[in-house]
Amino acid sequence: MRALLSTYALFAKDVRSEWRTRHALNSLLMFVVTAVIVILFALRSVEPNPELFSGMLWVVIFFTTMSGMSRAFVAEEDRGTTLTLQLVASPGVVFWGKLFLNSGLILVLSGIISVLYKLFFSGFVVKSPDVYMASIVLGSLGFASASTIIAAIIAKTSGRGTLYAVLLFPLLIIPLLTAMNSTTKSLEGAPFNDAIIDFQTLLGYLMVMVAGSSLLFEYVWKD
Amino acid sequence: MSDFKIVLTNVVKEFNRRVVFEDISFSLKIGESIAITGKNGTGKSTLSKIVAGVLSPSKGKVEYFADGKKLDADRVKDAIGFVSPYLNVYDEFSALENLIILSRIRSGKSALAARVEELLKLVNLWSRRDDRVGVYSSGMKQRLKYAFALLHRPRLLILDEPTSNLDSDGVEVVKTIAQEQRKTGILVVATNDKTESAWCRRRLHL
Repeated sequence: MRALLSTYALFAKDVRSEWRTRHALNSLLMFVVTAVIVILFALRSVEPNPELFSGMLWVVIFFTTMSGMSRAFVAEEDRGTTLTLQLVASPGVVFWGKLFLNSGLILVLSGIISVLYKLFFSGFVVKSPDVYMASIVLGSLGFASASTIIAAIIAKTSGRGTLYAVLLFPLLIIPLLTAMNSTTKSLEGAPFNDAIIDFQTLLGYLMVMVAGSSLLFEYVWKD
Repeated sequence: MSDFKIVLTNVVKEFNRRVVFEDISFSLKIGESIAITGKNGTGKSTLSKIVAGVLSPSKGKVEYFADGKKLDADRVKDAIGFVSPYLNVYDEFSALENLIILSRIRSGKSALAARVEELLKLVNLWSRRDDRVGVYSSGMKQRLKYAFALLHRPRLLILDEPTSNLDSDGVEVVKTIAQEQRKTGILVVATNDKTESAWCRRRLHL
């Protein structure tokens, strides 16, 4: 119970800190809006099919993850508060708190990206909302799980930006391709059962990443 | 936790195969104190972090005992207060918010309002409690670190460069804190200052 309350307190601290400074949120929102507008201009004379829409949607979510999710740990390192957190929280509390933060952030951004696609692209019609929702939620959580542990690993290194992208890219390939596949099915109007194998893959990925990360995190965090 | 003890056994720390220090062994119980001294780069801050449990030794072990039983890692943080130049609180929050937030993360519940008030008055920050820490001077930040370190009444207080950035009033407050800790708990001071090292009964020169 105490660990749960501590995890919630850490998550609440990060949300409050982000709300007050808006360091990550503003830059990520700017990135999302400009990326969607660039795609809008690039495709103004083309009517994309569901596969292309799905690809473009996940490319924006993918690069949003690549550009902003490392902040969870990098910000603590830059402010010199890593030692403070090490003193007050166990590694498990820090891992889950940061995972919830990254998950929340990427889910909110995925929602905003979806709304922008709906507003800007008349051809972007979700025919199977349940499949679409499951794709976005499971894909985003898969991205958050991989980006959280990689962010923890690179936070204490130099050349973080490059290292983050290099380490994260191979880890995100599986959820990226799977989520793109199931999102395409949602735009084509496929029933939930047609995408069940994709969801099982995304769920399996999420479970493996979270289990592996929670075991590894203590060693990454302490030294 | 009426009784508390820390035992270091043959502790070695290496960074990139460079040995910072080796075979450090000592034990401290309630009422005891030790000053860690040595030239720059001899590992005073590193040993402080190892004693605080935030850095692992390359070899050897650090154990904490309460009431004769070995404490697990999760319980150790309840017993340790640490002040260090490498430790910062959150600039975007006020002093009051920092203490409440950090106590919630540590124990899942807020520190008692009376304890927070007592400590902020002790370090002379009560009148500035609602100001964001980002606008504090380095001395005020150092004072706030003491309030943070003492919030949970630690049995083991570790002070690394205890009076850096402090004015004469601040130094007196720290001296009082150190004297009180020496009576009721364990005090570890990492310093090059002879006055500060004199606060402790034992000395370890690196």
